[in-house]
Amino acid sequence: MSGQTVTMTHAPDAKRHSPPPAWRKPVLMGAPLVLLLVGFLVFPVGQLLALSVYNGQGFTLAPYAQLFASSLYVTVLWITLKISLATTLVAVVAAYPIAYLISIAKGPAKSRLIFWVLLSFWTSFLVRAFAWVVILGRNGVVNSTLMSLGIIDRPLDLLYGFGAVLAGMVHAMLPLAVMTMLAVMENIDRTLPRAAGTLGARPGTAFWTVYFPLSLPGVAASAIMVFVSAIGFFIVPALLGGRKETMITQLIIDQVQQTLNWGLAGAISVLLLTVVLVVFVLYDRVFGFASLTGESAVVRNRDTAMRRLGGRVLGMLGSASDTAIGLLPRRHPIRGRAEHPLALTGFVWLLLALISLPAFLMIPLSFGKGGLAWPPSGFTLQWYQQLLDSPIWMQALWRSIVVAFGTGLLAMAIGVPAAFLMVRSQMRGKGAMLAFILSPIVVPRMIIAVGMFYVFAQMGLVGTILGLVIGHTVVAVPYVVMTMMAVLRNYDTRLDMAAQSLGARPLAALRHVTFPILGAGMLSSFLFAFATSFDELTISLFSSGGLSATLPKQFWDEVTLQVSPVVAAVSTGLLLFVATLIYVADRLRRRSLAG
Amino acid sequence: MSSSSLSVQGLAKRYGDFVALAPTDLVVADGEFLTLLGPSGSGKTTLLSLLAGLVPPDEGSVRIGSQDVTYAPPYERDIGVVFQNYALFPHMTIEENIAFPLKMRKVPAAEAKRRAGEALEMVHLPHIAGRYPRELSGGQQQRVALARCMVYKPSIILMDEPLGALDKKLREHMQLEIKRLHRELGTTVVYVTHDQEEAMTMSNRICLMNAGRIEQLGTPADLYFRPRSLFVADFLGESNILPAALRSRSGDEVEIGLGTLGVSGRALANGNELPPGTEVRVMVRPQNLTVARKGGNTPDELQGRVSEVMVTGSLTKVYMEPLDGKLPPLVAAFPTRNDDDAVRIDDVLTLSWSGRDAVVIADKIADAARAAGTA
Ligand SMILES: Nc1ncnc2c1ncn2[C@@H]1O[C@H](COP(=O)(O)OP(=O)(O)O)[C@@H](O)[C@H]1O
Ligand SMILES: [Mg+2]
Repeated sequence: MSGQTVTMTHAPDAKRHSPPPAWRKPVLMGAPLVLLLVGFLVFPVGQLLALSVYNGQGFTLAPYAQLFASSLYVTVLWITLKISLATTLVAVVAAYPIAYLISIAKGPAKSRLIFWVLLSFWTSFLVRAFAWVVILGRNGVVNSTLMSLGIIDRPLDLLYGFGAVLAGMVHAMLPLAVMTMLAVMENIDRTLPRAAGTLGARPGTAFWTVYFPLSLPGVAASAIMVFVSAIGFFIVPALLGGRKETMITQLIIDQVQQTLNWGLAGAISVLLLTVVLVVFVLYDRVFGFASLTGESAVVRNRDTAMRRLGGRVLGMLGSASDTAIGLLPRRHPIRGRAEHPLALTGFVWLLLALISLPAFLMIPLSFGKGGLAWPPSGFTLQWYQQLLDSPIWMQALWRSIVVAFGTGLLAMAIGVPAAFLMVRSQMRGKGAMLAFILSPIVVPRMIIAVGMFYVFAQMGLVGTILGLVIGHTVVAVPYVVMTMMAVLRNYDTRLDMAAQSLGARPLAALRHVTFPILGAGMLSSFLFAFATSFDELTISLFSSGGLSATLPKQFWDEVTLQVSPVVAAVSTGLLLFVATLIYVADRLRRRSLAG
Repeated sequence: MSSSSLSVQGLAKRYGDFVALAPTDLVVADGEFLTLLGPSGSGKTTLLSLLAGLVPPDEGSVRIGSQDVTYAPPYERDIGVVFQNYALFPHMTIEENIAFPLKMRKVPAAEAKRRAGEALEMVHLPHIAGRYPRELSGGQQQRVALARCMVYKPSIILMDEPLGALDKKLREHMQLEIKRLHRELGTTVVYVTHDQEEAMTMSNRICLMNAGRIEQLGTPADLYFRPRSLFVADFLGESNILPAALRSRSGDEVEIGLGTLGVSGRALANGNELPPGTEVRVMVRPQNLTVARKGGNTPDELQGRVSEVMVTGSLTKVYMEPLDGKLPPLVAAFPTRNDDDAVRIDDVLTLSWSGRDAVVIADKIADAARAAGTA
């Protein structure tokens, strides 16, 4: 009784004076994300890994015995690493000039370049990979062109080999490499290379000794993003590779879909995860995770032999470039130094044409009578007619749209508060929290998908829209948090204080000041989540169940089972959809900047 | 060569239709400290970038010493540039930053290290050689930028608002520092600022810019006491500008009439050869106006009613409405005294000035045209 009295007499006072407990806000903002990741990332992946040492009765190492009994798995791991490394190397080298040109371009030229990179970035992996089948196939673009020119008289075997896989992988990863690198390059102070010029550095030396070292964190970030995506990728090797290009993810699919050997699937996952973690730990040692979000890395090494050697090599590269530039005919002395060297611009547009063209090949094919053989002949709308008449495709499309919307909304609802928390609060352990938030990107998608399938099966979520939304949100939410963090870092928090000092309560300030200013960033986060879900195949492959396919799942079934020109019509539709989306998003962004 | 003269002829720069720098002539003497002063957007950075070779001109030429460098790239000009944000290389230590220009000039590593050390001594920062730029305060970064620029003794140093980001106290300290270094090294310096006080204290000559052209070029005293235009008079400190009619001329002074009540006074003709009766303006600085309680009541004295009194530390400023309603408000300033007989609001005071302290400004028409936006 007395306790009650005390409460009653003190209640009004307490309400007015005691501040809310300091832990409440961060917990409210961060908890949803933590719960989501614990429930649908840590738990499923943990289950899968546990399955490799627990067989229902007790501890076992049998799956590992099986794993190392034959050389198959180690060989496949080796192939996987080889393909991933080669992909990373080629993609990063090709991405550098593109990102560089974008970072120094201005105005409409810049928007144009970004549009083409984004178009590739957002065009479905499936469409782009499938395009290579059309390019390299026996009746494909390359073979029919060479034959009609009389250079060869029998089609070459271009498909199902290392070359085809590498082409497809690089094509798939290049836009990601460009975007990641660009985030760092955009933050390099443009006056630094100019300052080097005034201090006596020729252009080549200024580039190699000043610009290039500053861009290295971007190169590293892009390399690791590409490597980790590549190592968990299965679409390209499955469509374009032969038996010698089997990647480890394909083995996991086999174990789950065909032999139902969960223990072995778990053991392979452990192997894959170990490789990825080793790579990440090395990365963190050298560059730090902060560079992944576009912050420049902290210089850690002071005066080491490595650093001196690096400096000398870069100096030599600089002198060599200057000598090479000196050999070129000198144009108008100062105009010749224009910031957009013609050769670079030409080369970059060639690369962009190369990465954009494959998907565009689908357009003429979708209107051709001759199926998927090159060159297209005649004109018909029958594939579009078939597509519209097909309840399977239409249901898949509808389901994908619903799931993508749901994912966008859920990822925003969970990710935006977490981004606020990460940027605004002074809490301890932020680095660990960031690593945790990024973990859905770090852990190979295949492992997440299989673990989730196992857990969803127990919860009855397989084949449900809710299951897909949750699954896609797990992989989309890191992008939302990262985009929003970048946006929030550039946002002047004094505006909020000004609003509050003018009488706005925190929520009102959020609604009337913060959100309108952040609108463009929020929209792009939403679109990022939407598009991630719309193109997601790995999780859908298992969790959509047999009958309720999403669009990518349906596309996948189609191209792996029987190939019909309807996929060309679907591809064309997707391309148009993505182009419209980018265009609209860009317009909205400009409008919000102007307003 | 430790210093070199710089000359610019007909130099112009446009961005599309926008004239960032109208055709401009300028000669900077050997060892001179010249300041480009002007409001934001007046073309100071544009002119400096043209001198440095960071942007190509549309017309005209730039000569350093006897060499035409109009189209030479920056690395062939033997200039030093201190950028507003310092532009220190974040991935190099302070020592490496300072040794960078020496390395570019193929100075042996050991000697480069020694000279970098000396340069750091010169800016009083010998102990930070091994640090990275982000580990320094703004003022320290500023001094490192100076050291990096001076270490290779360029013939000309260009500085674009180098103290813009520092607080007042540090700025004043660095002004002295830069002056000292200029004296010790004897280098030609072209310095950009939008702060008129900074320009006045540091420069041999000031080049006042407005809307992409040079408004007036001269010593600080020229600009302050003998402005050629209202813009100049207005830009450098407070001033009283009165409409007046010329009456007569004797030597370099003129007799003028002010307003409608027959007030008269004297002013320097300032090189203007104008017939009596011409409408001009006269400028008097506030501290050159003498105020007195009630004069002899003669009609040719200027009188005003006090509307505001402000004590700004060392100076007291008195704002007045002239009794002649045709004249604009005036301000006078005098050293603050511990005075019982202080000036109060609504007091009527008599104002006078020496003919040497007032100056005729005759560019009314040109100013009006510029104000109308024909620039
Ligand atoms: N690269 C550019 N493109 C278009 N306009 C520019 C560019 N650089 C400068 N300007 C314009 O030229 C004018 C003069 O600029 P600037 O020389 O930087 O002025 P200041 O340094 O005196 O503030 C400004 O109005 C500015 O907007
Ligand atoms: Mg400027």
